[in-house]
Amino acid sequence: MSSGETITARPPPEAAAAPGGRRSDKLVALAFLAPAAIFLGVWIVYPTIRTIIRSFYDRSGDEFVWLENYERMFTTEVLQTAIRNNAIWVLVVPALVTAIGLVFAVLTERIGWSVAFKTAVFMPMAISAFAAGVTWRLVYEKEPERGALNAGIQAARGVFVDEGVISDASASSDALQGSTAQGFSLVQPVSPGQVVQFGLTGIPSSEVPEQNEQARVPEPLQGGITGVVWRDFKPGGGTPGEVETEEVGLPGVTVEIRPTTGGGGRTALTETDGTFAFEDVEPGEYRAAIAPATFSQPFNGVSWLGAKLITPAIIVAYTWIWAGFAMVVIAAGLAAIPRDVLEAARTDGATEWQVFRRVTVPLLAPVLSVVFITMLIYVLKVFDIVISIAPGSVQDDASVLALAMWRTSFGGVNDFGTGSAIAVFIFLLVIPILLFQIRRFRSEQR
Amino acid sequence: MTTLDAPAPLAPTEVPPQRGTGERIVAFLARVPLQIFLIVVGLLWLVPTLGLLFTSLLAPEDFQEKGWWQVFSEPSKLTFDNYEAVFENDTIMSALWTTVLIAVGGTILPIVVASLAAYAFAWLEFPGRDWLFLFVIALLVVPLQMALIPIFSLYDTLGIFDTVLSLILFHTAFGLPFAIFLLRNFFVGIPRDLLEAARIDGASELKIFVRVILPLGLPAIASLAIFQFLWTWNDLIVALTFARETQPITVAIFSQMRQFGANIELIAPATFISLLIPLAVFFAFQRYFVQGLLAGSVK
Repeated sequence: MSSGETITARPPPEAAAAPGGRRSDKLVALAFLAPAAIFLGVWIVYPTIRTIIRSFYDRSGDEFVWLENYERMFTTEVLQTAIRNNAIWVLVVPALVTAIGLVFAVLTERIGWSVAFKTAVFMPMAISAFAAGVTWRLVYEKEPERGALNAGIQAARGVFVDEGVISDASASSDALQGSTAQGFSLVQPVSPGQVVQFGLTGIPSSEVPEQNEQARVPEPLQGGITGVVWRDFKPGGGTPGEVETEEVGLPGVTVEIRPTTGGGGRTALTETDGTFAFEDVEPGEYRAAIAPATFSQPFNGVSWLGAKLITPAIIVAYTWIWAGFAMVVIAAGLAAIPRDVLEAARTDGATEWQVFRRVTVPLLAPVLSVVFITMLIYVLKVFDIVISIAPGSVQDDASVLALAMWRTSFGGVNDFGTGSAIAVFIFLLVIPILLFQIRRFRSEQR
Repeated sequence: MTTLDAPAPLAPTEVPPQRGTGERIVAFLARVPLQIFLIVVGLLWLVPTLGLLFTSLLAPEDFQEKGWWQVFSEPSKLTFDNYEAVFENDTIMSALWTTVLIAVGGTILPIVVASLAAYAFAWLEFPGRDWLFLFVIALLVVPLQMALIPIFSLYDTLGIFDTVLSLILFHTAFGLPFAIFLLRNFFVGIPRDLLEAARIDGASELKIFVRVILPLGLPAIASLAIFQFLWTWNDLIVALTFARETQPITVAIFSQMRQFGANIELIAPATFISLLIPLAVFFAFQRYFVQGLLAGSVK
């Protein structure tokens, strides 16, 4: 059963027989309708008219300013952002929620524990969008120590990326060039038999390895390249570019050699005294470098709540809430599809995908459109989840129409004129959807 | 099709008996990736809420150090201290009580008003009935943003700004279109004979309404009550606009959000308490909830 089918203005079969009815009947009807009429009139109809009128007046409400408020809505930066964000919401969310709901509905038909799954996914529907916002605000905390999402990313990243041994350094002499981001390479190419020296300075003292050993220049190796990476820094002076006493080797540094003619490179790790060795190196010239992996930064967390990612982050949370709704409504539609139609398609040799694409989805189209349109209406009015997830400092970046309306009217600016204009704008966007709905109800009646 | 476990007449999972054991095992194994996928998704769906629960059970200094997943390695860190503090927090407790008042009032009043109107739309005759009903449906989509500013001024003039009553009245009005729509469609389906019999016995319309319509309309009223309760309980925007001192729980927590990290030992347990009641209502009355959802996913 789709909701659309039940929404009809059809009179009960015989009730229309006596249009108008007797006078006392009308009075009775009036008595029954009066309370509702008062509520609807005072709290919905009157304010709607009032807001429309108010939207043409200035901030104080004294001066008629024609369309100035509407103009401001499209020219003020914060409000433009709200319109743009809401457009993203409209383009992404109804389709996303409907698609996920459809997938879940179809997949849960094939498992024995669908009730447990559906309950888990549907549960967020019961809690407030505000509580959901608090919940997701926790998920999105930036520090990987606290935010579950960033902690997950850090754990996954740890599998693939090793943290570098040093976070910062610079070359100690002109023989080396580069940066921590690109790695440091020797200006001169090297050949087998040579000993190369990588002197680094500017290393935070906290990062100098604890088991430090006096740096040592290794012996040259026949048919190989050897060398040392050391901290070219000695309290009280010293000569840059030279390995001296009291200067320590840097262990765990990734050194890379690559033929200058191109082709594959090799890497080696340094020992505690900073030495490394490449054996059996083909004759020729090589470019030697400290690989940037040595300096790869620890993961500091993605700022989901920052200005750039805030809207996608909130959309994910919103989808988390509404997927259950879509799933349940679509599952009900799915249960109503005659099984023999699907079986017939399967007997004819259609694959599961073909059955889904050519039979299930077309038959579900009315239900899918109900879900889609419902989400469309909701998304145009989205408010709670945005205001609760977005920290105050990025609310301008995360803003949507309803939030902009509220903040303009009650959030300190107190501009009822522009606030009314935004409200009217939301209303105008909803009306076409309403007309579409009503037309559909009526065509279903026939 | 009224609960989450809508039974499919012949689900594809049902293996026809003529298949052999081997084939059945193959069919089962073929579903293993699907099972795993759905288990992972189901768990992922629970993670945010569990995260909130565990965070609410951690001492703030423990949380500052490491996220809620530390409870798996060190379950001894779980503590009810935060909850005890919240129960002793007057602001939060009075906000909770305010929420109860608003939600109960905001549920009963619209149901009474709407069922009266729904009865008229379903069973009484008056000119323009169908047009009026269509108009009520049209009001379904008026965003409440259209009412905030004028009602703000109106409440100010009437002197009922920042009262529980003012919030109940607002929720009542905006709950009405959906309520009237849902109840009217249900009432129309009540057998005409029952009403006619009562009318012939000389019962007044009010008597028919109370004795016949309300008892028979109970399933629909139950669905509606759950929806309306959840809407009013979960509301933020209306209370944020019209309440300053008489805050419901959402607004009370919201005002702590500026220092999210620092107030987490208050925010997390208070939020969890605030969502326990809707969750309980949802689990207790799932059937009616889904029924109502399917009957009118249009609000």
